[in-house]
Amino acid sequence: MTTDDAYPPRAADQGGGEDGPGGVDGPRGVDGPRGVDGRGTPVGRRLVLGMLAAGAAGIAAGPVLQRAYDSTLGAAAQNDPTGLSGLLPAGGGFRYYSVTGSVPHKNERTYRLTVDGLVRRPTSYRLTDLRRLPQTRIVHDVQCVTGWRVPGTPFEGVRLATLLDAAGVSPRAKAVRFTCFDGAYSESLTLAQARRRDVLVALRMQDKPLGHDHGGPVRLYVAPMYFYKSAKWLSGITVTDRVEPGFWENRGYDVDAWVGRSNGRDDAPTS
Amino acid sequence: MPRPADRTGEPTAGDTAPARIPRFTRAERQVHRATATLLTLCILTAACLYLPFLAELVGRRALLVTVHEWSGILLPVPLLLGLASRALRADLTRLNRYGPHDRRWLHSTLRRRRTGRPSGKFNAGQKLYAAWLAGAVLVMTATGLLMWFTHLAPVIWRTGATFVHDWLALAVIIAVAGHVWMAFGDPEARRGMRTGSVDAQWARREHPLWAAEARQDRPPETHHPPTGGAGP
Repeated sequence: MTTDDAYPPRAADQGGGEDGPGGVDGPRGVDGPRGVDGRGTPVGRRLVLGMLAAGAAGIAAGPVLQRAYDSTLGAAAQNDPTGLSGLLPAGGGFRYYSVTGSVPHKNERTYRLTVDGLVRRPTSYRLTDLRRLPQTRIVHDVQCVTGWRVPGTPFEGVRLATLLDAAGVSPRAKAVRFTCFDGAYSESLTLAQARRRDVLVALRMQDKPLGHDHGGPVRLYVAPMYFYKSAKWLSGITVTDRVEPGFWENRGYDVDAWVGRSNGRDDAPTS
Repeated sequence: MPRPADRTGEPTAGDTAPARIPRFTRAERQVHRATATLLTLCILTAACLYLPFLAELVGRRALLVTVHEWSGILLPVPLLLGLASRALRADLTRLNRYGPHDRRWLHSTLRRRRTGRPSGKFNAGQKLYAAWLAGAVLVMTATGLLMWFTHLAPVIWRTGATFVHDWLALAVIIAVAGHVWMAFGDPEARRGMRTGSVDAQWARREHPLWAAEARQDRPPETHHPPTGGAGP
């Protein structure tokens, strides 16, 4: 907004339209406001400045307000059968993110998970093969780097370390790269991170088989990191000699995505 | 209100076309169109990033993020360029200043009265909308930049910026929907923004103080070029 202080507020002569042509000030040129327009209190400028002040106050008070919202309405939205609260900002629950236009569906018959790269025994698993391996169930909060958090979410599946051991990792290996059957997404972990006990190849979430929208039938689950590390629609595990940044990491996200210690965020750790 | 006795754009017997009053210059209309396009892009990409059912339908997050960021950051640019236009600057002055008639307009409108609502070129509601949205766009731009360039500011700012950006977005969408709804109900107002001129009767009904001023400002010939000495 610009304002023009050449037109000072004049309280006395604002009777509502009795200003004749030119008024007291005389003509103002072809495009300049005349009559009652362009006179009076600069409420517009005050409103703009007021919005800026309110915005700054909102930034300052935001963390406190967000916590209050999460613990009241946000928590209530978790159990909202209508789903309408999903329209509200940070309305709780998971949000669907896909980097591609459409993602193919995979089932018992069509799904395969390959383990290859710097391993002695490259392997391909079907869903039934994965279900026969020892299953681990862990319960932690899920924290997205965009701010939403879903408390106490159970994931169940095979420890990634189990699959790596079965394949026989070469001594030259330093990292693991993950690829997905959406055709675009990728992720990576160092070998040490990949061997953690809270890193799973997950088959179940919230004690149900993993649905397509949540990355089913199989997704990665990296409990201590922001949720973009937990690649959905997992189809390939490749052992490599160095960390290759994944999809979002090539777009500015941190490779070591510890919750609360990366991406400029200070969320409470999840694991 | 005194009315000159000569031809003033009043449709009279023998007039072939209804009288029209120029309302917006080409520059103003282009600024409006560019701003509307950018804001629409910004809102649509925001919806596809934010609402789960649209996100499932559309996917392509990296592309949507890029379009959202750039349409957002460019949003103030058309108006800033438009400041080169004298007519636009004059209209900003009209939008900025509130006279006693604006208070009367708000008073009547809040009581759902259709009469006793005097307004200049812009009524008090339009003035409030313009200033509120200008402020909101600046706040959205600032908070958006804090979220975009995460390492520029302390972490705690970013949480607050996200909070403000989320909730103000909801308010902006409601306000813009109201703006579109009002325009939807007033074809002549839309014609004014599309062609630049409005029907004189509409102007007298909706913006009486401005219609009177426009009549005094413009010599009648500009509206009715004399053709073959025609006249009543």
